[in-house]
Amino acid sequence: MSDIKEKILEIYPSAEFSEGETLMITVKDEKDWHPLAKALKETPGLEFDVLTAVVGMDWTESLGVIYYLTSTTRDWEVISVKVTVEDRENPMIHSVTDLWKVANFQEREVYDFYGIKFINHPDMRRFFLRNDWNGHPLRKDYDADPAKNPIPTEDEKDEDETVSYVEDENGKIQKIPGKVFEEDEYVVNIGPQHPSTHGVMRFRASVDGETVKKVDVVSGYIHRGIEKLSENLTYPQILHFTDRMDYMSAHQNRHCLCMCIEKAMGVEVPRRAQVIRVMMDELMRISSHLLSFGCTAMDLGATTAFFYGFREREMVLDIFEKTCGARMSMNYNVIGGVIADLHPDFQKDVKELIRIMPDRLKEYHKVFSNNLIAKNRLKKVGHLSKEDAINYAITGPSGRGSNWSCDCRKKHPYAIYSELDFDEVLMDGCDSYARYMVRMKEIEQSCKILEQLVDNIPEGDIRAQIPKIVKLPAGNWYQQVEASRGTFGVYIESTGEKTPYRVHFQSPCFNLVGVMNLTCAGYMIADLITIGAALDFVIPDIDR
Amino acid sequence: MYNFGIWTADFNNWLLSFLPGWLAVIIECVIIGVLVLLTYTVLALFYILYERKLCAWFQCRLGPMRVGRWGVLQVFADMFKILVKELICLKDTDRFLFKLAPYLVITSSVVMLACLPWGHGLQIINYNIGIFFILAVSSVGVLGILLAGWSSNNKYTLIGAMRSGAQMVSYEISLGLAIMTIVVFAGTMNINELVWQQDKAWFLFRGHIPAIIAFLIYIVAATAETNRGPFDLPEAEHELTAGYHTEYSGIHFGFFYLAEYLNLFIVSGIATLMFLGGWMPLHVPGWDGFNAAMNVIPSIVWFVLKSFFVSYLIIWFKWTFPRVRIDQMLSFEWKYLMPLSLANLILMSIFVALGWHF
Repeated sequence: MSDIKEKILEIYPSAEFSEGETLMITVKDEKDWHPLAKALKETPGLEFDVLTAVVGMDWTESLGVIYYLTSTTRDWEVISVKVTVEDRENPMIHSVTDLWKVANFQEREVYDFYGIKFINHPDMRRFFLRNDWNGHPLRKDYDADPAKNPIPTEDEKDEDETVSYVEDENGKIQKIPGKVFEEDEYVVNIGPQHPSTHGVMRFRASVDGETVKKVDVVSGYIHRGIEKLSENLTYPQILHFTDRMDYMSAHQNRHCLCMCIEKAMGVEVPRRAQVIRVMMDELMRISSHLLSFGCTAMDLGATTAFFYGFREREMVLDIFEKTCGARMSMNYNVIGGVIADLHPDFQKDVKELIRIMPDRLKEYHKVFSNNLIAKNRLKKVGHLSKEDAINYAITGPSGRGSNWSCDCRKKHPYAIYSELDFDEVLMDGCDSYARYMVRMKEIEQSCKILEQLVDNIPEGDIRAQIPKIVKLPAGNWYQQVEASRGTFGVYIESTGEKTPYRVHFQSPCFNLVGVMNLTCAGYMIADLITIGAALDFVIPDIDR
Repeated sequence: MYNFGIWTADFNNWLLSFLPGWLAVIIECVIIGVLVLLTYTVLALFYILYERKLCAWFQCRLGPMRVGRWGVLQVFADMFKILVKELICLKDTDRFLFKLAPYLVITSSVVMLACLPWGHGLQIINYNIGIFFILAVSSVGVLGILLAGWSSNNKYTLIGAMRSGAQMVSYEISLGLAIMTIVVFAGTMNINELVWQQDKAWFLFRGHIPAIIAFLIYIVAATAETNRGPFDLPEAEHELTAGYHTEYSGIHFGFFYLAEYLNLFIVSGIATLMFLGGWMPLHVPGWDGFNAAMNVIPSIVWFVLKSFFVSYLIIWFKWTFPRVRIDQMLSFEWKYLMPLSLANLILMSIFVALGWHF
């Protein structure tokens, strides 16, 4: 920790540090930010090559952004940089899209919610809300009066106009209009209602014959303003939102939020609850990967394989139903532990699942993975190099399909993962087939984890004693877990009230959809569907 | 073998006994037309149920079970629903072509159905270029699909139609060459003669190696011709929502739907005719008792059952294989399948010239 301070002081002498959970650098003058970011990324010995999270903030006296950076070379050390800007009328911060490509969509989200314009950002449009929306809803002085934004009676027009704020050599900032698509481009609209977008996602693909030239992601059709809603609810009340983001990682997401709150409160979670949580996480992962297998097969036209995947997924859902009382949106983790004890059949059912899974996986490979057509459709499609995966912060099975070791369970072990014996599945195909196969192999690893735990569930309490009214001390916390589709992060800032000052959910699918243009360009329309299926994004997780 | 031709001849004579010749022909034409359309509908409905049940069993499901026993009435309910649905014509569609397209598709498949030899003496017209005629008529269906895609004024349908055009034009070559291989072997295009030549043994066995290769090529090409998986790109649900018939509703959609299933029967029927002996029962040279026993089963049953079997194979493909991509599909045809069928044609010619067959 100390040498990092010295190194940062070398490159940025006026750095102000605040020691919280992670080291936080405060940048008072926004103009220092871009050089600092460049130095943090490129200085040998620091090399913060992953932009983990971008959190827009409104501290009423100033606006700002908190960047969480991770260095893969420094053993996944995380630091955060707080950049503030005083001007509320026309706040502007330099974009870091040129350094970390993942910042592209992240900064658009911040612009959407806080109105902070990013200088030199190539495409400064809103990301979730309609182009004609008035105001920026996550600002503390936002006027939520319905009269300001009446329910629209007309369709939103497809606006191909975009804008970027470019700084010239004299430091003057000019507003330069741009175009998303040219006039004579043949743009095919895929979504929001489409069988293969796995939800209400919309891609506008410019095609030349069957070849895709560019993909523009239009998001926000299922945006529910979870982060805004959370600011007015108590901590136990915001828990249930996590089940409704990536509904295929409901347990992991909720686990993450609970851990973040427990960390802030200093609550010790009983061992039994820890074990149950990990088992539920892995069951969820199996269920999610089975769904992903089925959907990939179905998107490629192999409908029968889809049913095989669902047949086994049903067993997992039955386990959830018995213990949690629900098959989806389980609402099982609570602050301090889990809400209910295990069903008496739990161990028996899990053992049965572990018993049949190897055979069933063989069957999947027989019917789909080893099929010549399936291999031709998946291999060499949607190339994503390791460098790009890191630059776009593509975590989870998709990142590991590009041979990037990014498993949060290994890098930042939480709960009881450090005690467990499992392998991080890595493949170097960098294509859709590798991403698909990583998922299939992760099912085996999840079974391995379950096997170690199923007979070793300790007796004891299922949750710790927590106060009736949950209040967090003033401060901020960031917690990550490995969800089914990648690293899921929760940022909480508290002022000591019973409601959070700011909650940000850093969802893995948000980054996944950011590489759609990169991976699809040059491939065919049919490949766009394949790539989408192999990246396996869940739309409510993107839109939140 | 029971000759159904006796019935038709008797009926013809009975009509002629009290009617002038031209009136008798008109009455016969009307009756046959009605019978063909009835067969068409009943077969299409049967096929819809057949495929739904088969795919359900492949997928560990039961399929339709609620309407009628084992869901047999489900298809009638569905067809009735399609009949009463509104026909929607969207803004800026080319109305004339939009409405014409489904009729072109269904007409071509009805005409093809009428050319099939159903049984001994159960054939409507006996052309001397029968099989050639069927191939020619089948191309009209493509026209309907292209028109449907174009006139809908929708990007999905247009891409679907273009894919369909490319696919049909390509695979028709292999299909034609596979059929030509058998024509070379038989030395005739007359459907009736083709069947009678398989009296001793089916072409698949008589022509052994080249005939078996031709059969495999035919099955692949026929799957592509009928737009069925793994070649269902023109209506690739997960890419183009429904491809060329995205904008159709009601019975216009129903026509595409019925034609798709009937084309499945027709290509199976042609495969049966060309390779599996048509309506000819299974005969093994020398086994006279066995042959006599086989002859007891009516010829129409033979034809229909053999066709159902070939259809079963094609349905099995669809529910097992993923869909190929457009470039893979075209390169498969032009780089592998067509050269192979050409080589096979030459091989067959050599076999015929040297008499290396049974």
